[in-house]
Amino acid sequence: MGKQRVKFTFEDNLVKQPVIYELGQKFKIITNIRRAEVGEEVGWVVLELDGEEPEIQRGLEWVSSTGVRVDPLGGDVIEG
Amino acid sequence: MAFVNGLKCRECGREYPAEPLNVCDFCFGPLEVVYDYATISEVISRDRIEKGPLSIWRYKDLLPAEADDPVDIMAGFTPLIKAKGLGKTLGLNNLYIKNDSVNPSFSFKDRPVSVAATKALEFGYETIACASTGNLACSVAAHAARAGIRAVVFIPSDLERGKIIGAAIYNPVLVAVDGSYDQVNRLCSELADDYPWAFVNINMRPYYAEGSKTLGYEVAEQLGWRLPDHVVVPAASGAMFTKIWKGFNEMACLGLLEGVEASPFGIDQNTVHHPAVTTAMHMIQAEGCSPIVTAWANKQTQVIAVRPDSLAKSLAIGNPADGIYSLKVIDNSGGSAYAVPESNIVDGIKLLAETEGIFTETAGGVTVSGLKHLAKSGAIKPDDLTVVYITGNGLKTQEAVEGVVNPLYIKPSIRGFEEAFTGGK
Repeated sequence: MGKQRVKFTFEDNLVKQPVIYELGQKFKIITNIRRAEVGEEVGWVVLELDGEEPEIQRGLEWVSSTGVRVDPLGGDVIEG
Repeated sequence: MAFVNGLKCRECGREYPAEPLNVCDFCFGPLEVVYDYATISEVISRDRIEKGPLSIWRYKDLLPAEADDPVDIMAGFTPLIKAKGLGKTLGLNNLYIKNDSVNPSFSFKDRPVSVAATKALEFGYETIACASTGNLACSVAAHAARAGIRAVVFIPSDLERGKIIGAAIYNPVLVAVDGSYDQVNRLCSELADDYPWAFVNINMRPYYAEGSKTLGYEVAEQLGWRLPDHVVVPAASGAMFTKIWKGFNEMACLGLLEGVEASPFGIDQNTVHHPAVTTAMHMIQAEGCSPIVTAWANKQTQVIAVRPDSLAKSLAIGNPADGIYSLKVIDNSGGSAYAVPESNIVDGIKLLAETEGIFTETAGGVTVSGLKHLAKSGAIKPDDLTVVYITGNGLKTQEAVEGVVNPLYIKPSIRGFEEAFTGGK
């Protein structure tokens, strides 16, 4: 089992979709929301994912395929 | 000794010991260094700073690392130049250039990396690491060489060869990752959890970022312990932008500025705004990656991540960690944010080179073009004391300006020269 901390960003057309609920249903992943904000144009959720690493990777690929942006916590780590 | 009390979450305020942490365990918010300013105020003085080394470590009392034996390749104390030529062209009579392109590894990154590397040794790490597309890789590798420890540098596998030579020469472990930008980004973030390494911009980030405060201190000191009316600063993550502002306010609160009385820092050290700090903070990004400028222009409280597509690779952070905090600095300072059209970046590089003899990289081209816009729009008045920050060297992005090479080809004779030089007249 492993844990991963990520940030999901939802554009306004995706805010109403229960992506986090479905992530927990479709994959063997426990989701734990720590911080979130939903505005007019965009919403974001910072959460911890608990599960087997390959399962988390599959889950994150599915989240990305829905159009939700998946980023590491704390913004981009690659700097110029 | 370092006058550090610990770390504090910027979001929920929870406190942590000064350890290699960057995220609050409770809310996952970013952690910031908390200083013991009461003790600092008892020891610090202009005289003490002026007697210090000609590097960022002259400000050791305000840096979060033990400074008795820092990892110092002499980063900082770079020239502040009165820009007569560029000023004349732009109609600015009081323009200065902070030329940080002349740091040892040729960018401002030497400032935060010197602090991070020093802190890494203090924590007992034997490896420092980073994920980078250029300047940061060079600086990490150079500081590791100086410290005699291992550097592990992650780069995207399709990075231009010329860009990695500046890092490879210091003999780091160079890891070229075959994947998209987002994949590389996520991988490096995960590796930081699994390996006992000091990732300068991940688990060392609270300490690393503080190094950029010295860009504020130096400008104030070099201007005779006073602050400019305006600063013009490029932004990627926004960390440097917020730290320059923090540096100005620390100096004011500690009574180091000319004619300014010391005053308490208040409850939140990171958002303190001393009334004597009236510098307008202007942020410049390139249009191809301008999430912070877009948020400011649209009066948003959130910064929406973008996929970077810019000539200015060193500014290409699509999901900026300090974006929200940068917006607050812009508003608190009465500053502005502007995105430079991609087509103007090379013009900015050439303008600086032709008027001041300074060859900057693409990020500098962005900054100079942004300065030009601010002058033309009247946001900066002709006699306002203005400082523009040039943060990287042009030798790193030569391919961007290859078009300037247009020599007169001649036969090896006087006649051949004169015909070419005068067009045969």
